[in-house]
Amino acid sequence: MKIIVAIKQVPERDAQVRIDSSAKWIEESDLQFALNESDAYALEEALQLKEKHGGEVIVLSAGPERIGQTIREALAKGADRAINIACADLATRDALSVARLLAAAVKEESPDLVLTGLQSEDLGLGQTGVIVAELLGLPHATLILHVEKTDTGLTVKRELEEGWFQQIEMPTPAVLTIQSGGNKLRYATLMGIKRAKTKVVRQLNSADLGLDATPVVVLERLSLPQKQKSTQILPGTAKEAAAALVEKLKFEVRVL
Amino acid sequence: MSGIMVILEQRADPAQREGRIARISWEALAAGQRLAAQLNLPISAVILGSETESLAAEIATRPVAKVLRVEHPLLAQYTPDGFTLALQQLIQTESPAYAVLPHTYQVRDYAPALAARLDQVLISDVVDISEGPIFTRQLMQGRLNGSYRHAGTGPCLVSVQAGAFRVEDSPATAPAAITTFTPTLDAAQIRTTPGQPFRGSSQTVDLGSAQLIVSVGRGIKEAENLSLVQELATALGAELAASRPICDNGWLPMERQVGSSGQTVAPKLYLAVGISGAIQHLVGMKGSQCIVAINKDPDAPIFEVADYGIVGDLFEVVPALTEAIRAARA
Repeated sequence: MKIIVAIKQVPERDAQVRIDSSAKWIEESDLQFALNESDAYALEEALQLKEKHGGEVIVLSAGPERIGQTIREALAKGADRAINIACADLATRDALSVARLLAAAVKEESPDLVLTGLQSEDLGLGQTGVIVAELLGLPHATLILHVEKTDTGLTVKRELEEGWFQQIEMPTPAVLTIQSGGNKLRYATLMGIKRAKTKVVRQLNSADLGLDATPVVVLERLSLPQKQKSTQILPGTAKEAAAALVEKLKFEVRVL
Repeated sequence: MSGIMVILEQRADPAQREGRIARISWEALAAGQRLAAQLNLPISAVILGSETESLAAEIATRPVAKVLRVEHPLLAQYTPDGFTLALQQLIQTESPAYAVLPHTYQVRDYAPALAARLDQVLISDVVDISEGPIFTRQLMQGRLNGSYRHAGTGPCLVSVQAGAFRVEDSPATAPAAITTFTPTLDAAQIRTTPGQPFRGSSQTVDLGSAQLIVSVGRGIKEAENLSLVQELATALGAELAASRPICDNGWLPMERQVGSSGQTVAPKLYLAVGISGAIQHLVGMKGSQCIVAINKDPDAPIFEVADYGIVGDLFEVVPALTEAIRAARA
């Protein structure tokens, strides 16, 4: 099985994000970046499929230069090679424009399967994988927790709402967006990190792909969300705050 | 280009044979009504399926100009191919200026493809619509809001988040006209075969009826530390729940998960420990009567919905709180 895993580099989960002076994006200079979590699960699923059925795992990404580190981490975990589309303006592109870049790179490789995370932790659009499938004319399924290869294609386990699931049968090639939690994530081994240094990262440039980047949807402005409730912060040491909360639970909420 | 089209979702209740319209679809209709009022455009409602007669009649009692039944035997069960093809044909025939959808798992599965097929981009998970129209959606796990504008020509597709738009009681009016649209579909165009929905595990924990819930998130760091939160729950006489990452890691069973992919709860007290409050979690618990958050990050989105907050290290606050509750109970 030849599998492409599309990954994104996003600000680290606990990072303090601040709006930049343009008010259209965040201040990136003092941020740490990491692999998007559901993309990590997509990579894990791909590596397990390769271990079972053989083949090749290729990571694909688009973004500014800093992304190289995240690609190396994916190679260290066991991906065979990588394709990186240099793209400095990723944040201002809409989902269709980003999907066009990824689809162009996927097309050249003709994989059996394309996996990606169900949504990014920064923009949270949750659309890229589905649009890539549409642009390539491939069947797709989203929110997938488990993938099984069959004689005719795939059986996948899809998460529905409120604790329900569903099996879906589909042919390959196909595109799946992976939900977190289906597998246990692996760590890169020392040997893996060493090997990653010799693996091939093919560099493409978004400008060379000649694709339309005119946005259909424009992010005009970022702002801080308004509070839905006025939160009463209970100050003091842990002990003082705990005592104050017990008072509230006793006399205001009346649950003690 | 004319009009607002709201595409309602038929939720196939696995326990029942008849489909129903879930609350989030009525909220999408409320969002459509807000747009219609802002832009002074007529509003129509759409329902897809193979037997939509009674649902269409129910929708027609709401304040809409018309109801469109998109009927075909191949729409009996949801597939992304079937729904995308049918709606593509409907939108090309009706040419709405805006199409509004509920941001459900089903919509997330097909609407981005539908938009792309129309050379459009779905503005997904919208929480507010203001003059312009400007669509607000959340970014960075709920830490920031983004204001989005549709820049292209052609229909603008929007999906709206659960709980973001209030469903108003509307005065009774004469039922809207119902028309049927029959899309051209062929079984060979539908490439995926969906199976019947099933429950993941036997549900032995009913968080939905719990009065007191202590819920734990990523801030707990290690599985070994869960005992701290379990002791707090026991002292309080509360059920223990968790956010998704805790269940993903296998530290607590999936049935204790609160959020869009887990259970929806509305207890008297929801005490969130080390939960940052990503939107997927908030939709599952923001209906709680009293929300208390303990988190080290004062900017965590959980504080946007909390009534009481303690900003601090949970490894100090939780044991202190357990002790104080035991003392109060003694």
